[in-house]
Amino acid sequence: MASRRKEPPAEDGRLIETDVLVVGGGPAAAWAALSAAETGARVVLADKGYHGTSGATAPSNTGTWCVPPGEDRAASVERRFKRTAGLADRRWMLRAADRAYENLQKLVEWGYPFPSEEDGSLYIANLRGPDYMRFMRQRVQKAGVTILDHHPILELLGDDNHIGGAAGVVRRTGAGFRVSAGGIVLATGGCAFFERILGGTGLTGDGHLFAAEAGASLSGMEFTGKYTLAPHGSSLNKGLPFRWATFYRKNGEVLRDARGEPVTNGIGGGERQVAEAMLSGPVYARLDLADPAMQDWLRRGQPNCFQPYDRMGINPFGDLFRVELKYEGTVRGTGGIRIVSSECGTGIAGLYAAGDAASRENVTGGISGGGAINASWAIASGWWAGHGAAQHARRCQNREIVRLRSLGTTGLRGTAERVDIDLADAARTVHAEIAPLDKSYWRTTETLETSRRTLEHVWAGLRQAKPATGIDRLRAREVASVTASARWTIAAALLRTESRGVHRRRDFPGEDEAQASRILVSGLDQVTAVREDRALPMAQEG
Amino acid sequence: MIEVVSADRCIRCDICERVCPAFVFDRDETGLPVIARQDDCQTCFLCEIYCPTDALYVAEQAHGPTGITEPEALQRDLFGAYARSLGWSRGRAGGAENDPTRHIRVAQV
Ligand SMILES: Cc1cc2nc3c(=O)[nH]c(=O)nc-3n(C[C@H](O)[C@H](O)[C@H](O)COP(=O)(O)OP(=O)(O)OC[C@H]3O[C@@H](n4cnc5c(N)ncnc54)[C@H](O)[C@@H]3O)c2cc1C
Ligand code: SF4
Ligand code: SF4
Repeated sequence: MASRRKEPPAEDGRLIETDVLVVGGGPAAAWAALSAAETGARVVLADKGYHGTSGATAPSNTGTWCVPPGEDRAASVERRFKRTAGLADRRWMLRAADRAYENLQKLVEWGYPFPSEEDGSLYIANLRGPDYMRFMRQRVQKAGVTILDHHPILELLGDDNHIGGAAGVVRRTGAGFRVSAGGIVLATGGCAFFERILGGTGLTGDGHLFAAEAGASLSGMEFTGKYTLAPHGSSLNKGLPFRWATFYRKNGEVLRDARGEPVTNGIGGGERQVAEAMLSGPVYARLDLADPAMQDWLRRGQPNCFQPYDRMGINPFGDLFRVELKYEGTVRGTGGIRIVSSECGTGIAGLYAAGDAASRENVTGGISGGGAINASWAIASGWWAGHGAAQHARRCQNREIVRLRSLGTTGLRGTAERVDIDLADAARTVHAEIAPLDKSYWRTTETLETSRRTLEHVWAGLRQAKPATGIDRLRAREVASVTASARWTIAAALLRTESRGVHRRRDFPGEDEAQASRILVSGLDQVTAVREDRALPMAQEG
Repeated sequence: MIEVVSADRCIRCDICERVCPAFVFDRDETGLPVIARQDDCQTCFLCEIYCPTDALYVAEQAHGPTGITEPEALQRDLFGAYARSLGWSRGRAGGAENDPTRHIRVAQV
């Protein structure tokens, strides 16, 4: 049975043995850890940050896709499927709705403080981030999982046939540690490409890089043209209040659409016009469509959204304030590690992916899963991956970490040339190639090709850099992961010569029936992008 | 970004150092948290709500410090503001059961 172990302070090279290693500390990691522990497996959860505050959920307030069992469930899936740009999978949607609902019921059973409806029943379709993740940490602790806070994983360990461990660094000391495990779940979240959004600091696509180094592919990386409105200069990429916004130019002139109507609803129809307007100058907003009751609900229901206004000393319902569109990469975009089996296997023995680290195309296709689907997917996929990893661990009992190779490359092991590199400069360059509206909200062959060349240059620089040591390894790997994720994004976006979901090509504005299949990317020094329907043999792996 | 650590209010419990997801704080020899890696701060306001004495202030600008001082934050009653609006108190969670977000989501569509 699982038992809680007190860990002594880590020294360089410390080895921890376990059945299942969960990499990450957000909801997907928590559910994976609980699920694996439920089977009796010994579980270690290693988080780059603090499990309870790290990741995209903890600072937010997440609505879930909460579909009770019954006749309406199939209809609900069907309604949602229509919005997925033809790339979701109804079977996955149905089982995700089911698993997420079951697990929300577990939260009820465990006493999570859900609010009540007027009739006294509990409203379980929303999870307030700080409360939810603090609650999950307590459950994970109670389940006997060993939590390693501020212990980022830097690379996987494996041999030709399977993954059997991982190596990381202790943030406090810079010392290394290794974990030997029978099954590993990558729950490292999405890639925010160094954009300063809520929870974004640790979301650098590390799991994407680990998976690719192990030989796995990624999918849906072109569906990263996702942005959300925020008060200018803030971290608050929460779109909900902008449902009640009208948008303006600096002089107070209302933005108007082609029909002369004022631009409103910044999380719906108005977003595109706001984005267009931003290309030619600053845009302002006012939440003037919220009546007093809505103002009160917004303030009390989304208190994080009001921190910037309160601290700036402005009233967003009455004053104009400047807004920006924050780039969200794969956090609210959909791309990630490709899932090839029902227990969220990656096709590499022993390696599973969950939450935002995985591609969410199965449940949300080519559009954003923000606002409901992603939270439910984190719950469901975490649960499946935890079970899958625990089962795999049970199957391979003879584990010898000495035989495993370190699979990490760029950032950890350089080539012979060993040039000094300015990581901060590399990070800025990559961000500038991916975050601007005219690079990722709208794409063209030309902008993509220019970015591709710049990113190849950055990657070559990282490859030749002196390997980092101590705690500096973390930054080196983060920059490598973000750069790799940007290169995969560009490769997929170049191949998709149409507009679909949150991939918008100015040079191919329409949807093309013939391209209604997924795009897989893989490779490190040599990046390849292929259409899934032409790569069927690969689907047989795992 | 995190900008103010009030030495007067702080009881040197080291919670903020442990819970900050971006590992922004170190401590000085007296146990007072020091903002050691300010540029890593993700402006998530979570250290504020975990602090048992409302001794921390995170300004709203995510790209650099605003220069706000402790007396100003105090005078504008900004210490503990986020915790109060959530219903958290003295570093303890609370208030989720009163979250009216369901009304917003119903009206949203
Ligand atoms: C502002 C905002 C609001 C949102 N609102 C909604 C909503 O209303 N509804 C909805 O469905 N979705 C919403 N989302 C999306 C939702 O938050 C995510 O889908 C969800 O958090 C994904 O969970 P996760 O566990 O996969 O990743 P995260 O919660 O992002 O966690 C990733 C974890 O991985 C850790 N990590 C990263 N790299 C490493 C490493 N190398 N080693 C160890 N650990 C590592 C991080 O520290 C973190 O703990 C929102 C997102 C944002 C940013
Ligand atoms: S959490 Fe608050 S009281 Fe505790 S050390 Fe930090 S600032 Fe001081
Ligand atoms: S705001 Fe968030 S990232 Fe910044 S110091 Fe506080 S807890 Fe850390």
